[in-house]
Amino acid sequence: MKPSIALIAMVFVALMPVSLQAADPSVSLDRAPVDVTDQASLQRGAQLFFNYCVGCHSAEYMRYNRLGRDLGLTENQVAQSLIFTTDEQGEPVGVGSLITNAMTPVYAEEAFGVAPPDLTLVSRVRGKDWLYTFLRSFYLDDSRPLGVNNAVYENVGMPNPLWELQGWQEKQVDADGETRLQVIEAGSMSGPEYDRAIRDLVTFLVYLGEPMQIERQRLGMYVLGFLLVFLVLAYLLKKEYWKDVH
Amino acid sequence: MAGNSADKIQGGLLGWVDARFPLSQLWNEHLARYYAPKNFNFWYYFGSLALLVLVIQIVTGIFLTMFYKPDAALAFASVEYIMRDVEWGWLIRYMHSTGASFFFIVVYLHMFRALLYGSYKKPRELIWVFGVLIYVVLMAEAFMGYLLPWGQMSYWGAQVIVNLFATIPYIGPDLVTWIRGDFLISDATLNRFFALHVIALPLVLLLLVVAHIIALHEVGSNNPDGVEIKKDKDENGVPRDGIRFHPYYTVKDLVGVGVFFIAFFAVVFFAPEMGGYFLEHANFEPADPLATPEHIAPVWYFTSFYTVLRAVPDPFLGVVAMGAAVVILFFVPWLDRNPVKSIRYRAPVHRINLGVFAVTFIVLGYLGAQPVSALYGELGLRLSTMYFLFFWLLWFHSRERSAAFSAIAFAVIVGIYTYYDSLRIGSTDGALVMTMWLLPTAYLFVTMLVPVLARGLGRDRAVPERVTA
Repeated sequence: MKPSIALIAMVFVALMPVSLQAADPSVSLDRAPVDVTDQASLQRGAQLFFNYCVGCHSAEYMRYNRLGRDLGLTENQVAQSLIFTTDEQGEPVGVGSLITNAMTPVYAEEAFGVAPPDLTLVSRVRGKDWLYTFLRSFYLDDSRPLGVNNAVYENVGMPNPLWELQGWQEKQVDADGETRLQVIEAGSMSGPEYDRAIRDLVTFLVYLGEPMQIERQRLGMYVLGFLLVFLVLAYLLKKEYWKDVH
Repeated sequence: MAGNSADKIQGGLLGWVDARFPLSQLWNEHLARYYAPKNFNFWYYFGSLALLVLVIQIVTGIFLTMFYKPDAALAFASVEYIMRDVEWGWLIRYMHSTGASFFFIVVYLHMFRALLYGSYKKPRELIWVFGVLIYVVLMAEAFMGYLLPWGQMSYWGAQVIVNLFATIPYIGPDLVTWIRGDFLISDATLNRFFALHVIALPLVLLLLVVAHIIALHEVGSNNPDGVEIKKDKDENGVPRDGIRFHPYYTVKDLVGVGVFFIAFFAVVFFAPEMGGYFLEHANFEPADPLATPEHIAPVWYFTSFYTVLRAVPDPFLGVVAMGAAVVILFFVPWLDRNPVKSIRYRAPVHRINLGVFAVTFIVLGYLGAQPVSALYGELGLRLSTMYFLFFWLLWFHSRERSAAFSAIAFAVIVGIYTYYDSLRIGSTDGALVMTMWLLPTAYLFVTMLVPVLARGLGRDRAVPERVTA
């Protein structure tokens, strides 16, 4: 029955297109050119993540050694370049540990008004485009306690942790009434360099949200391939049996 | 029918078992000698597929229970532990979360099949009633399961749904505290929802499925022609239009399983979040009783009823309307008294009615996932009205109605909601109310008055003696 199949297709189409992304930013989001199979990009992203994010944020559902395996790093490399956290005795934590940090929630709340959220799943909550735009949208704002605001997330508690890379931006209103962020004090990176760095960081966050995603898709091809063969055989078997139904 | 004597005198292990347990008899009655109509079409795959999803959910659920921690402090982390550290944990978890949505897709299509071919009509009323019970338990099962990952949407979804009971006069607030086991959704709630989700409701579900199938095999399957195949048997007492379920339908259902698995695993491996519909984005944030998400939407399979709830301004009446939208399904066999079962031989107005109902249900579902707005609110109200009108029309189309009765009934129903509109027109956008007024009115006009003007549209056709190919 053709109409019935069309009906089911309709249901699926109705379900698919609109994504229920949580955030509702005032600015339109830039598309993040993310490729989680790009291991060099992931490694650079991890470097930024551990240098600039882990001071305040944790990734407490993820283990260091899993990260190393997936990013093509040896356990030694992980221990030397990614682990900055120590245990109670002051020894660096082991590579099998979860990625936590030393900032207590009480201290964090005193410092920022709200404890910095764990970042393991942030890419699945906000979406890659949101993160990519957010991290490039800090601007100077004297009315905020830390002197910085964000165009994507108004009145966010976080200052721009990457200011030394990006420099400082200012919010400017164009002649045609559009707001635009302009770098007024350069950082160590040029505009395109900073965009690439943020792309790497977002790539890493997307990986962090679902570390098995590449394996999942790779395996999926084999599973669907097998099922197609199964379907053909099942269909032939059915045809053979149904020969004697008139 | 009893297994024939040739089976009974078998020796060996099977004979030994058969002398003590009706193994061959069960096999024959329910599979090898269960005669199903030979003309099943596409819609008839969803019964066996529902059984398949049930098995997937139980098996994956057992494995998840081995690693999941039903504790408010540990639950969220234990799900991520399953996703990251447990071997193949991610696959098991995605199969379970995708399975929940596919369960509803399959069950909705299975229910729609029953509406298409009148499979709830005499003598199959109990099959339908057991089926609706399965659906209700399934909704409870899905709801309780959704709390377990202990994400923001788990928490606030449960908060919203549980609080619906608070609208019940007098006992409401105490009842809600009793359900939660606390003054808010908390560890106590999580623990009891876990117990209900992993053992209580699945047990009930399994028993109901058994009752559903026993009732089906007692009276025999309906078919796309709505013809009773048992009325025409050959000299051996075998229905002429029946074929053995096994092997014919077991091999045919295998093809259905193939297609189903391709769709199912395409989602599991390539789109497990399904754009935020199967796994909501906000649910990747741990439950926080102090931060309400901006937009709380139930999972897609509840959104149609959620729209009905939101369409009614009074909270308690809203809950009553939502409950009624589910409960009314139980009465379908006694509402539709038309002797013609299949849509193939029903009047064109019935086809229109059923088509409008399907579209209404889907659009209601879409609206339930969206934030409230004036337009969507009004549309939701009109479509909720149309949802209930479908059941009225099911009764109305039980036979051809006189012009006078049609006109009076039309005028009364349109009059009732027009009167309600006149009461609220001052407080809402009049143009919007009047435009949307056209929706149910056009629906009723076509289904109630047009058959009076063009009799052919309201007339059923002759049902053939035997099934068509």
